[in-house]
Amino acid sequence: MSSKEPGREAAPEACACREGMFPRQALSRRSLLFAAGSAALPVRTAAADSTGRYEVADDPTKEPGRAIGADGGYGARSQFETAARLVPPGANPYTATSLTPLAALTGNLTPSGLHYERHHAGVPTIDPARHSLVVHGLVDQAKRFTMADIRRMPSVTRKHFIECSGNTASEWARPKGKTVQLTHGLLSTSEWTGVPFSFFARQVGLKAEGAWVLAEGADGAVMTRSIPLDKMMRDALIVYGQNGEAIRPEQGYPLRLVLPGYEGNTHIKWLQSLQVSETPFMSREETSKYTDLMADGRAWQFVFEMDAKSVITFPSGDMRLPGPGFYEIRGLAWSGRGRVTRVEVSVDGGKSWAPAEFEGAPEPICTVRFKLPWTWDGKPAVLTSRCQDETGYIQPTRQSLVAERGLNAYYHYNGVQCWGVGPDGSVANVAA
Amino acid sequence: MSPREAWLTLGLALGACAADAQDFGAPVAPAELARYAAIPPSGVGLPNGRGEVERGRAVYADKCAACHGENLQGVAETGGVALIGGRGTLASAKPLKTVESYWPYATTLFDYVRRAMPMNAPGSLTDDEVYAVSAYILASGHVIAPDAALDENTLPKVEMPNRYGFYRDPRPK
Repeated sequence: MSSKEPGREAAPEACACREGMFPRQALSRRSLLFAAGSAALPVRTAAADSTGRYEVADDPTKEPGRAIGADGGYGARSQFETAARLVPPGANPYTATSLTPLAALTGNLTPSGLHYERHHAGVPTIDPARHSLVVHGLVDQAKRFTMADIRRMPSVTRKHFIECSGNTASEWARPKGKTVQLTHGLLSTSEWTGVPFSFFARQVGLKAEGAWVLAEGADGAVMTRSIPLDKMMRDALIVYGQNGEAIRPEQGYPLRLVLPGYEGNTHIKWLQSLQVSETPFMSREETSKYTDLMADGRAWQFVFEMDAKSVITFPSGDMRLPGPGFYEIRGLAWSGRGRVTRVEVSVDGGKSWAPAEFEGAPEPICTVRFKLPWTWDGKPAVLTSRCQDETGYIQPTRQSLVAERGLNAYYHYNGVQCWGVGPDGSVANVAA
Repeated sequence: MSPREAWLTLGLALGACAADAQDFGAPVAPAELARYAAIPPSGVGLPNGRGEVERGRAVYADKCAACHGENLQGVAETGGVALIGGRGTLASAKPLKTVESYWPYATTLFDYVRRAMPMNAPGSLTDDEVYAVSAYILASGHVIAPDAALDENTLPKVEMPNRYGFYRDPRPK
């Protein structure tokens, strides 16, 4: 910075805006100045207690708040905010899930710390300096790419949802989950930054007979899924960024695969290997686990795309409306096959429908928030939503899904969700 | 510089970028790739080794029974799933999906045990132990003979009961 800028020549050392260039020295100097000031003019200053909570001032306009930098340089949400991922009770905490609190979210993106989780052997701690991605198999030259290599490559940033294929599996037989977190919380949306797989393909050279790619994680499950090569070349991303910063450990730090629209488990976390092959490897996950058992005892395999789905997040299960009056019905809609083109909302259990308004233009293979103004008259109501995507597909009812697949499929449930509002304002998961 | 010259210069610069794009990553020697070995149904990549059912019984008791149960029946408290049983249940109201009733390939069992089991020490079994415990599980499920042994030649030939129980996702309909 030039010292000839206006206003800088008089007292350059006193200008706080210079401190960014010398962060450590600047911080210590400011701390000293502040401490000196405190001694001269004793003021009550905010300090966190041992649990990290701050005392609430009677009048925040009558005293200074906490010092800049008191958060250690990485901010936290307000101490009054408590939305959290929910781990349903289960046997094994290393192979469990945690669910996103959809009803607590605003807008379209999921905060990284609230992104749902599904792990197969816990969350590994990986040093990016020791992590690499090997691309091998039916290639002209097998290569290893370090994180430094990957960060140097041309990058793209795209918003996509990831949904576990087991999301909403509780609802096949009858309404079960009490809250939208329990019924639909295996869904999250992030802005992902990384490098298209097609760029890696050019670095190694693909042999003509390659048709599948086995993606492998560096977790204790060394999890593997076989992915069609045409999908990998079309829109697969090797990502290191999530919502403006490095992806979280729970999301695969330092590197994960993102396969827009595919079921969540295929987006291999802690990605360490991509092996091009002629045929799928028939890994445990793609034979014994993520296959959909039909009523006749045979199973669908390689069930990749998440079909169009929507859910009302407000009002939703376990809430209580304080009384008749105005409410904005809000929800999310998404499709693994493209853009959502239409969402309709019903307040009479599907007898009549009204088109909902989108918040912003729907993006391909991304959630979109929808809303509809509603004045509750105090009588029982059944709120539900259904969506359509750009392929023309319309979100089905539970009954039509069961008629097609039976009750043993478990995965890929995308039926419409109904919330019943009682005369007392209580909201519960109900059948249409 | 005229606009036409400027475009030509830009084009040359982009061309240079495209050429430079080929220089990412370092070649990997075949020996380094061994740790990424995954086993497809053909059995290509299976390691040398051999394991008998009786040896597998001992490996199972030592490494697997705590989570999967003395009789391979699964233990709800640990989340260790049942490994055998369930034949004939897949079209019923309570399907029991096990290695015996559901898994289409024996190579998948070998591949998974070798990479991910036991849960508390994944990848710690020797190849002979993986062959042996795979043989024990398959013999317990009456898929192979009680005195059988498995190696890189016999494992891919094991015919699983549900080998033809899968078909490709028919959506969109």
